[in-house]
Amino acid sequence: MDNRERILAIVRKVSKNTALPDTDESLFDSGLLDSFALPDLVSELEREFGLKIPDSDLNPRKFESLTRIQNYIESRM
Amino acid sequence: MAAIRGFGAYLPSRVVSNAELGALLDCEAGWILDVSGIEERRYADDEESVASMGVFAAEQCLQNAGLQASDLGMILVSSGSSERRFPGPASAIAHTLKVDGIPALDLPLASAGSLFGIALAATLSPVHGNILVIASEKMSPIVSRQPLERGVAPLFGDGAGACLIGPEDNAVKIADAVLHSDGAFAADLRLEFDASVEMNGRSVILQASRKIPSAIAELLERNGKSAAEVKVFLMHQANQNLMDRVARALHVDAARFYSNIRRYGNTSSASMLIAAAEWWSNPGPRAGDLICFATFGAGFHWGALLALV
Repeated sequence: MDNRERILAIVRKVSKNTALPDTDESLFDSGLLDSFALPDLVSELEREFGLKIPDSDLNPRKFESLTRIQNYIESRM
Repeated sequence: MAAIRGFGAYLPSRVVSNAELGALLDCEAGWILDVSGIEERRYADDEESVASMGVFAAEQCLQNAGLQASDLGMILVSSGSSERRFPGPASAIAHTLKVDGIPALDLPLASAGSLFGIALAATLSPVHGNILVIASEKMSPIVSRQPLERGVAPLFGDGAGACLIGPEDNAVKIADAVLHSDGAFAADLRLEFDASVEMNGRSVILQASRKIPSAIAELLERNGKSAAEVKVFLMHQANQNLMDRVARALHVDAARFYSNIRRYGNTSSASMLIAAAEWWSNPGPRAGDLICFATFGAGFHWGALLALV
């Protein structure tokens, strides 16, 4: 799986929804994620990509869409 | 360090239900419950102020501790909802308690102020003797400002709590505390003058979900303890979903996090002391109990405090 597919799998796992969001669509505005799913999303990303995301990077906008998540994760790899 | 000698609390009599607020906010009462764990909250009347509610909590706390106001050496008052820019409510509370002359300090730390106050009092008690830490919040006029914000207005309620910290005795010893502040996200939870609370809920929950368990773990590890050994967690009552999340992060049963948010909502810095006053009354501390306090609030300020019976 490429990074996009790995991220999508995490979003689907955390949201318990198999929808296929547009790459630039807000995962929050679309209703896939809510405020309380966001910490789970971050934890799953850390586990999947072997990263420790510092609190200073925990800006929800970084995790707003599939593209933004991918950009952030790949900037840390 | 010092000892906890008692708690007190005051809640206004007016109960405001989710149905009442839901009608104003054009939302279902059940939705408010789902997103917050809150069924109702208390609103103070026009005659009740941050200071007057704080006095009621202080008097109950002194009674529970078996002390008189004249036994106090200092007062610390936390409030993020004080009615004016200055002076804060501390000197007014001291005046009403007839203890003019002792230092009465204001701590304008929304949500986190009561824990920071207890930690400060524990450090200052060897010099100042008995220190009364009070947290009082009148959030209802603030969150009732137009336009009403559905994500904010249902969350908050009014109330006050108090805690008496004294020189160490055989009561409940304050073992240690960790306090942290980080201004990087100050704009994400703020109250400007003559405005309502502005909150980036995603940011607040994301940061709190990380920082609260981290502070508790740091404190427990430093003291050679585990979360499993803690009898009760007395935490800022911000949101039931957040408390449940913190419990999961620490791998403990959520039932060990005392909760009264269903009845009072989020009373900001007063909430932790109100929760502690209720728990102290029933079931209350027993010999050998390890008690962990924790908080998170605007700033961000967060921390945890460990007490041993």
